[in-house]
Amino acid sequence: MSDRGSIVVRARHVWKSYDQGRVSVLQDASLEVRTGEVVALWGSSGSGKSTLLHLLGGLDTPDRGELSVCGLDPTLEENRLELRRRHLGFVFQLHNLIPDLTVEENIRVPALALGRPAGETAARVRDLATRVGLQHRLDHRIQDLSGGERQRTAICRALLNAPALLLADEPTGSLDEATGDSVFALLRSLAQHDRITIILATHERRFAEACDRIIRVRSGRLLTDL
Amino acid sequence: MHSLSLVFTNLRRHRLRALIGVAGIAFGVAAMLTILGIVNGAIGMFERILSSDSHYLVFERNVSDLFFSSVPETDAQDIRALPHVASAHPLLFGVVSSPGFPVITCFGLEAEDPRLTHAKWLEGSRERFGASEGEIFLGARAADFLHTPTGKDLAIGAQHYRVAGVVRTENGFEDGGVFLPLRSAQAFFHRPGVCSVVAVTLRNTAEGAAFKRAVEAAHPRLIALENREFSQSYNSFRILKMTAWAVGLCAFLLGGLGVANTMLLSVFSRIREIAVLRVCGFSQWQVSALVLGEATAIACAGLVVGLLLGGGVLLVLPHAPQFQGYVQANVSGWVLLGITATAVVTAVAGAIYPARFAGRIQPAEALRYE
Repeated sequence: MSDRGSIVVRARHVWKSYDQGRVSVLQDASLEVRTGEVVALWGSSGSGKSTLLHLLGGLDTPDRGELSVCGLDPTLEENRLELRRRHLGFVFQLHNLIPDLTVEENIRVPALALGRPAGETAARVRDLATRVGLQHRLDHRIQDLSGGERQRTAICRALLNAPALLLADEPTGSLDEATGDSVFALLRSLAQHDRITIILATHERRFAEACDRIIRVRSGRLLTDL
Repeated sequence: MHSLSLVFTNLRRHRLRALIGVAGIAFGVAAMLTILGIVNGAIGMFERILSSDSHYLVFERNVSDLFFSSVPETDAQDIRALPHVASAHPLLFGVVSSPGFPVITCFGLEAEDPRLTHAKWLEGSRERFGASEGEIFLGARAADFLHTPTGKDLAIGAQHYRVAGVVRTENGFEDGGVFLPLRSAQAFFHRPGVCSVVAVTLRNTAEGAAFKRAVEAAHPRLIALENREFSQSYNSFRILKMTAWAVGLCAFLLGGLGVANTMLLSVFSRIREIAVLRVCGFSQWQVSALVLGEATAIACAGLVVGLLLGGGVLLVLPHAPQFQGYVQANVSGWVLLGITATAVVTAVAGAIYPARFAGRIQPAEALRYE
């Protein structure tokens, strides 16, 4: 685990385009994020926020530029699995939970990838569920949950393997205002409690302003901190 | 906790899809087991008819089917006189009809034939066999379906014979057939002085090669084959076995395509879900193994259900009156092994493409997939 203040994420002159270079999504993006920071990537839809998160999470590869996440290069295949398994957690706008599974089974999924012992995982699942107020919903299927409960389940899943970095892509985007506020507050409190670094993509200014730092994203370019 | 624990969770979540896959394999297994069981049973029965207490079969060389083989009785007597021979029994096969029953196997044989000496005489006696003209003897099963009691006349072709006895043998073909003294059978089939085969028992089985040479030297038109050699070389058996495997494999092919289709649909409908697994740290191999694991579980369930289904059919069929006792299933360990291997290989082969596809799903792209 990195010390507080050390660099967790570094991107240098990163470019990304689609459709054989015809659609430029990120242009010369550079940023640094330190341990424990909660950073907002703030911009309108299609500005390149999600693409940057995908590149940082090793879900996609840049055309050019250098990336370092938790000391690993996410463009290398051998590092991606390690990053996703041990260093990163993802939360999406659509919760992307597995239907028909219970809350507990969904939260457990990252432990299956690692082959963690069942007992140890069950204790961790109970602990996380209690912290987000889902302890009474563990046996419920995803279909039976509200939008806020589903997003809290997705947060628990992202945190199961105790990642150093949480990448949250519009986590409040599909929720009503009150539920969105509570999910955001939960993310902040978890970050503070567990000293997790969070990079949060959002188009809502009020959430961006509640973060430690805001990086404005416009037309694929990262503007200086606001 | 292992990633493969999701295999059963996924099958449980998609019960109907899984059940369709299981049914596809189960029907393939049941079809193959039933067909092979019946065919091997039929071949076994026919082999036992021919080999009853004998070591060698002598018949006409290059004949397409034993029903068309003609061995002169004089040759049979020569063979009987050979020093290697303990006993030789001529046997004439034919197919006869009776009103309502167009195909009944008829055996023309001597009273001393082991088939009759070993049979259980339910009515009449072996001493009476061939003692009087115009008499016929029925296998126990034939007596059931022909409904002609002893002492009554039975129409066979254009002639009438008096039923003089009923015998029970352990062989379904014999039990469902009728027996005529060799002379009567030769007259009925217009084949005077000939038989189809001669079943030979040697004094010493070590003299088999010498016996074979002696027969083929003295009677170049004839061929002598050990029972095992005969089973392996007889064209009709080979055609039957090949047909059984071919039909069974076709049934499996359909089952395999069913599994491939099921797994492909399963993967296509779970593209986002698979992307989420990858995001949560599942490797390409773990995702592929998940799909292969589901296919293997479907194959195993289908195998068990299919074996039970096929076994049930094979238990019931011999008792169905429509089959007149001609079905005596024979399922060897090799057949079971072959069916098991075919089921698993078919299902896994059918899942290879879906598994590769699933393993190659790119998370970023798939998460945008609607």
